[in-house]
Amino acid sequence: MKHGTRDSAYPLPPKLFDARCRSCWLMAAIMVLVVASFASLDLPWAQLAERSALAKMGRFMAELLQPAWGTDFVLQVASAALETLAMSALGTLLAVLLGLTLALPASQRGKHRLFWRTCAGLLLNGLRSTPELVWGAMLLIAVGLGPFAGTLALALHTSGVLGRLFAQALENAPPESAFVLRLRGVGALRVFAYATLPQILPQLISYSLYRWENNIRAAAVLGIVGAGGLGQLLAFHMGLFQMRETSTVLLAMLLLVAGVDALSYLLRLRLSR
Amino acid sequence: MANNAPNLTSAPGRLNPSLRDPVALHRIFWVLTAVMLLWPALVLTEFKPWLLLEPGALTPAMRFVADFFPPRMDAEFAAFLLRETWRTVAIATAGLSLALLLAVPLALLSVRVLSVSGLSGRMARWPARARQSARWLLLILRSVPELVWALVFVRVVGLGPAAGVLAIALTYGGMLGKVYADILESGDPHVSTCLLRNGCGRMQTFFYGLLPQEAAELTSYTVYRWECAIRSSAVLGFVGAGGLGQQLDTSLKMFNGAEVASILLVFMALVWMADRMSAALRRGLA
Repeated sequence: MKHGTRDSAYPLPPKLFDARCRSCWLMAAIMVLVVASFASLDLPWAQLAERSALAKMGRFMAELLQPAWGTDFVLQVASAALETLAMSALGTLLAVLLGLTLALPASQRGKHRLFWRTCAGLLLNGLRSTPELVWGAMLLIAVGLGPFAGTLALALHTSGVLGRLFAQALENAPPESAFVLRLRGVGALRVFAYATLPQILPQLISYSLYRWENNIRAAAVLGIVGAGGLGQLLAFHMGLFQMRETSTVLLAMLLLVAGVDALSYLLRLRLSR
Repeated sequence: MANNAPNLTSAPGRLNPSLRDPVALHRIFWVLTAVMLLWPALVLTEFKPWLLLEPGALTPAMRFVADFFPPRMDAEFAAFLLRETWRTVAIATAGLSLALLLAVPLALLSVRVLSVSGLSGRMARWPARARQSARWLLLILRSVPELVWALVFVRVVGLGPAAGVLAIALTYGGMLGKVYADILESGDPHVSTCLLRNGCGRMQTFFYGLLPQEAAELTSYTVYRWECAIRSSAVLGFVGAGGLGQQLDTSLKMFNGAEVASILLVFMALVWMADRMSAALRRGLA
């Protein structure tokens, strides 16, 4: 038996590209996509590697490492942080209410409800696919600059996400207790309130807390388009190239996000005990 | 005669005290606490929903929404939108490729399973510190929101797709690196410890021990992140990084509802297609 043949004890490793293997073609397609992306974007590699660009980056980074510590400025940043926190909390709360309202028709089963289920599903998908930033930019037209636009933007986007998750939770809830109440003639809304909702409530709260973690990041970033809070302060100081103040705001953002993550984790831990 | 059954009919419409809600006081307390926490939140966010209905706000908003209904779909604009969509996908793909260049070395640097000194109990001091600093670098890279990176890069390299590519590369490099490290550490360590103990180099251990086990999960996560990167690159356009987002920003500032409607529709179609492609790729590759 020669080495490297099919029957030998030392077969060669498989070929790198085998025309019969589907994933080889997929990998080749991905390589073509990557090369085409770099080629079509025409990135200014020469300019990026140029000394002046690197020196500018280095200067930015150096300034970013020295935050400004003046008392009034820190108080201003703290009040902006509170505004961002309020924006995210209120936005998530509104999203829970709206999401639950939309999840009820979106999760019904039964032929005569197909129309409402499709409508609710489409509405939830539309709310969910539009990023918060886009909602924020559109709502600024209606309500002007300020945190109200940011709150509504977060509420609308998150209600799409939460509505879909709530609808899935409603569909997966065990139906026995609801069935028993229905048999006794209790109305549909009361059946939901007394039988289904208490069963799925821990899961709903867990989803909402997880979305709150995401929303605090989104709230910080929404301010950049004018929705108030830390983002607006960040865009303002960065626009004036005041890198030291910018780094204080960035630090506040990181601390706020870490704080909300920790709080949400603790609450979810307490819930699941 | 002792009457042990609860007396429900002692007074019509009034329950016997033994049937009242025992946690009523508890619930009232928590509701009041929630209202007390809600009030400052409402004040801080300037939550005035009646402002939406004021004529000065309602009329332009209604006019803007009414403009949505014939979305602008002439051939020139459609071709333009297709080009911008390709740019968005290209920014996401290029950014994710650069992110891979950043994530793979950092992930390999930060895993415990490739540690020779860790084979026999506690890792030595300097290798442990090197791994810890790789993890801290990944944490910093993924904690800064990508919009912030994009804002900084727009000021360094100017408006255009380069800022978006670099912003996605840094943020997604951090995210991918951390998850790669988690996936590599969660596999069965038996193979890698055997190879390391028998004298294999770390790269050999990675390629022959860790990668074959975890390749499916790694590819699946990377393809999922590619889909997320497409959504992010559309949003990054808002700060000037090119693609659909920049066009949306321009059309919004000019209050051109028809163009905004077409861009939103194209964006939703893009997200849906990316979702389908990512599901197909994950089935095909993993």
